[in-house]
Amino acid sequence: MAEKKEYKVIGTRPIRHDGVDKVTGRAIYGGDFQITGLLHGRVLRSPHAHARIVSIDTSRAEAHPGVKGVVTAQDLPTAADKMADLGEGAVNLKYLCDNILASDKALYKGHAIAAVAATNPHIAEEACELIEVEYELLPPVLEVRQAMEPDAPILHDNLRTSSLGETGDKPSNVASHFQHKKGDIDKGFDEADIIIEREFVTGTVHQGYIEPHNATALYNPDGQLTVWCSTQGAFTVREQLAEILQYPISKIKVVPLEIGGGFGGKINVYVKPLAALLAKKTGKPVKVLMNRADVFEGTGPTPASYITIKMGATNDGKITAAQTSLFFEAGAYPGSPVGAGAMCVFAPYNIENAQIDGYDIVVNKPKTAPYRAPGATNAAFGTETVVDEIAEKLNIDPLEIRLMNGAKEGDRRADGPVYPRIGFIETLEAAKEHPHYGSPNGKKYHGRGIASGFWFNIGLESSVTINVNPDGTVNLVEGSTDIGGTRASIAMQAAEVLGISAESVNPTVVDTNSIGYTAVTGGSRTTYATGYAAYEAAQDVVKQMKERAAKLWDVDEDNIQFADGEFSSINGKEEQISFKDLSARLGETGGPVIGRATMNPAGAGGAFATHVVDVEVDVDTGKVEILRYTATQDAGKAIHPSYVEGQIQGGVVQGIGWALNEEYIYNDDGAMTNASFLDYRMPTCLDLPMIDAVIVEVPNPGHPYGVRGVGEVPIIPPPAAIANAIYDAVGIRMTELPMSPDRLLKAMGKI
Amino acid sequence: MPIVAIPALIRNLTDGEDSVTVEGLTIREVINNLDNRYPGTKAKLCEDDRIRPGIGVYVNGVLTKVGMHERLEEDTELHFLPAISGGVLSG
Amino acid sequence: MARKSHVQTTINGETVEFLCEPRQSLLEVLRDELHLTGAKEGCNNGNCGACSVILDGRLVNSCLVLGAEIDGKSVETIEGLADPEKLHPIQDAFLENAALQCGICTPGFIMSAKALLDKNPNPTEHEVRYWLAGNLCRCTGYDKIVRAVLDAASAT
Ligand code: FES
Ligand code: FES
Repeated sequence: MAEKKEYKVIGTRPIRHDGVDKVTGRAIYGGDFQITGLLHGRVLRSPHAHARIVSIDTSRAEAHPGVKGVVTAQDLPTAADKMADLGEGAVNLKYLCDNILASDKALYKGHAIAAVAATNPHIAEEACELIEVEYELLPPVLEVRQAMEPDAPILHDNLRTSSLGETGDKPSNVASHFQHKKGDIDKGFDEADIIIEREFVTGTVHQGYIEPHNATALYNPDGQLTVWCSTQGAFTVREQLAEILQYPISKIKVVPLEIGGGFGGKINVYVKPLAALLAKKTGKPVKVLMNRADVFEGTGPTPASYITIKMGATNDGKITAAQTSLFFEAGAYPGSPVGAGAMCVFAPYNIENAQIDGYDIVVNKPKTAPYRAPGATNAAFGTETVVDEIAEKLNIDPLEIRLMNGAKEGDRRADGPVYPRIGFIETLEAAKEHPHYGSPNGKKYHGRGIASGFWFNIGLESSVTINVNPDGTVNLVEGSTDIGGTRASIAMQAAEVLGISAESVNPTVVDTNSIGYTAVTGGSRTTYATGYAAYEAAQDVVKQMKERAAKLWDVDEDNIQFADGEFSSINGKEEQISFKDLSARLGETGGPVIGRATMNPAGAGGAFATHVVDVEVDVDTGKVEILRYTATQDAGKAIHPSYVEGQIQGGVVQGIGWALNEEYIYNDDGAMTNASFLDYRMPTCLDLPMIDAVIVEVPNPGHPYGVRGVGEVPIIPPPAAIANAIYDAVGIRMTELPMSPDRLLKAMGKI
Repeated sequence: MPIVAIPALIRNLTDGEDSVTVEGLTIREVINNLDNRYPGTKAKLCEDDRIRPGIGVYVNGVLTKVGMHERLEEDTELHFLPAISGGVLSG
Repeated sequence: MARKSHVQTTINGETVEFLCEPRQSLLEVLRDELHLTGAKEGCNNGNCGACSVILDGRLVNSCLVLGAEIDGKSVETIEGLADPEKLHPIQDAFLENAALQCGICTPGFIMSAKALLDKNPNPTEHEVRYWLAGNLCRCTGYDKIVRAVLDAASAT
């Protein structure tokens, strides 16, 4: 249904609607929220990575002047060992609750043990130190291979490996195993002239959003619970609170305030239930803010992984077989993104014979959370490095080998589904034609690398209502958190339908009482699915306005046409009225017009990206400098190209950080030793060049304007692209992330 | 008739078949008919007549949230893949 | 609890008085006592720049300054930058260049950029990157922020 046509609003670059509030400091983020009588909550966290909690004594904290209430796991309703359906997927309720407040065991350093509400945050902090917890220390397990050993310390005595209906017979840290198989893997390797087999290790990394988690909760005497917070999805917060607190969903209102970044990390709740428990205990509104160390240690990072990849190809470059085992850390509770990683690992290529095994493994680290294309970056680091090595050994240009094997419409992914129209080849062609790829590259210690990536994107539920104002503007009401300009990209789709300017649409993100169910801002879905809902709601407005015009002219509605912002009568009477003028006449033709739509669109359409990077390696220090970076990506149709570029640039830089610096560093006791921005060291602007974002548009047939999600795929290629560039520069294949100076020096034999 | 891609780990129950055509207008009917032909398959895919937690059903490549009573068209392809749990797909 | 001290200071050109505990940072005073929440807390230990304000003409991380220290001094915050009817050119440049996504880092970047352009009205790209390296942005990859600051420099 996607049509190639000229648009008036789509593809332009208006100023975003929430822009002025955000550049003047007036936008209210979660932490900015104020309410009278506010108490401040702080959280006591486990100093140990693995320990049994013998006792908790809160009496001294409770007696501390200024303290109004203390909660522990005792204050949570007893959680059954059952699955809770959170709309985003089923989660074991006991695990969910235990992650909020540890009940019997602390499973990672930073695991919340108790929370205190006091008249100011300093007093709450002091009181945390007065809580006495007796721990019985247990040995921690911090790495997947270690966790799989037969005598490894066990995190959960009742956890058995599940393998599609088969359950293991003894406790294990391997929560699950699954497998995908396509074709005949042995035959595929027999046909190969060259086989490359490598192992990869990636570190634990954090989303690194600048705004810490926050929540303010208020229990009214009538039982109404209100939570103001920053979140990627107010409705998922409501669902999680209802399950964790065992409280009726109808009595919970979640008010999403502005959010300071999420990247997947602000879907799961951490301090929100604590604020609610403290509010209930004290009868006062309570605000709980995390500090930065808590964010690193107490919220979900994305997992470290150990990956084996084996790929075979014929001498002319055809990949005949691919096999992988993916071992992903889940953190303290099952649920790593290994499933998604497994679906993405070979997704860019059409490979006849493939086998993929995935393992989800618990370790004594925070429970992992989604992070931008969860699982795919780890997986692509392996595949894209091996593909590069095959190309090199066969003396084929690395873009050419991808063009030869690249997936197209009708090809079947290794995990089964068949591709609709996709734009992978187009991203490769765009990279090939880009002046960057043709530019000279041959200086000593300089190198060029390329890599590609795939991410599904998702649809899910979105609701939008549109109220028409008498001056021809409209108010658009939506439930999607605006994390990076989606008010604009959604409003623009409605504006296009209505034939009005982007500025004539006033988008507002509202609370869970004020709009139909809307799933999280995540999965690169918001501009696609909420935008689609805005499109449909605007169509609903047009339909109703046609009825009004028909009434006005006393003709049949079927005779009313709407084009370019004008309603006209096509039969008999020569009448015409603009959207604006008709808006002023709604009162006399039947009252207000409200358009509405709820969607759960099925055709999200996957996104592909191909990146080209030039690096310089300082062979004395091991430091890798990014000299030039070009990212091509199929956006389907870019609604607001500036924000599409922004998504690409931001994703690339997160990928660069993952590639070169970022990782959780642990000591032997299982304590993270770099839980600050200074020591975790995300890229600053001084570490980077400009990032050239090239938007390729292969319209998605599953959206009226051809939109594909764009947010996630750009983080996938950078680690592999940079590894390939490092190889080109110094002849060393890096197989471990991050490729930090010390690792590189070691690999070069310098230390 | 709907086509069911048999997950690799239960192909031992389907004589190694990786894909079979099964009659049925809904996912429930398809699974029941599959189980009639290859006994034991339903127990692997379902728990209490519901899709097992941890498994996602993909209808023509798209994850369904409807579950067992999702209606299927002729030639629909069904895949049973690991459910991407806890918002993981929602990066 | 230690006694609160009385502080008199100038914030965005206005005389302001408040009481503050010795342990309260300037960031905390601005946000919690004076309700000027434009300065953001990203780390509370000087690593992110989200709390940047200008103190007597010098760019500081307000989380690293004590509230009591500003007695008799003058503070500029993001709230004081725009005229009632007109944004500051740096603010305009951020909007026109789409230099923000979530926007949590934006007030800090704008104050840092202002401090830079006050000193050096025509910085090179490298100078901009060097100066802004104390401000973290996790959303944008900095490309559009750097362009916005360069644009603002040429506009003023
Ligand atoms: S909050 Fe002050 S530097 Fe981060
Ligand atoms: S725009 Fe989100 S941190 Fe900069």
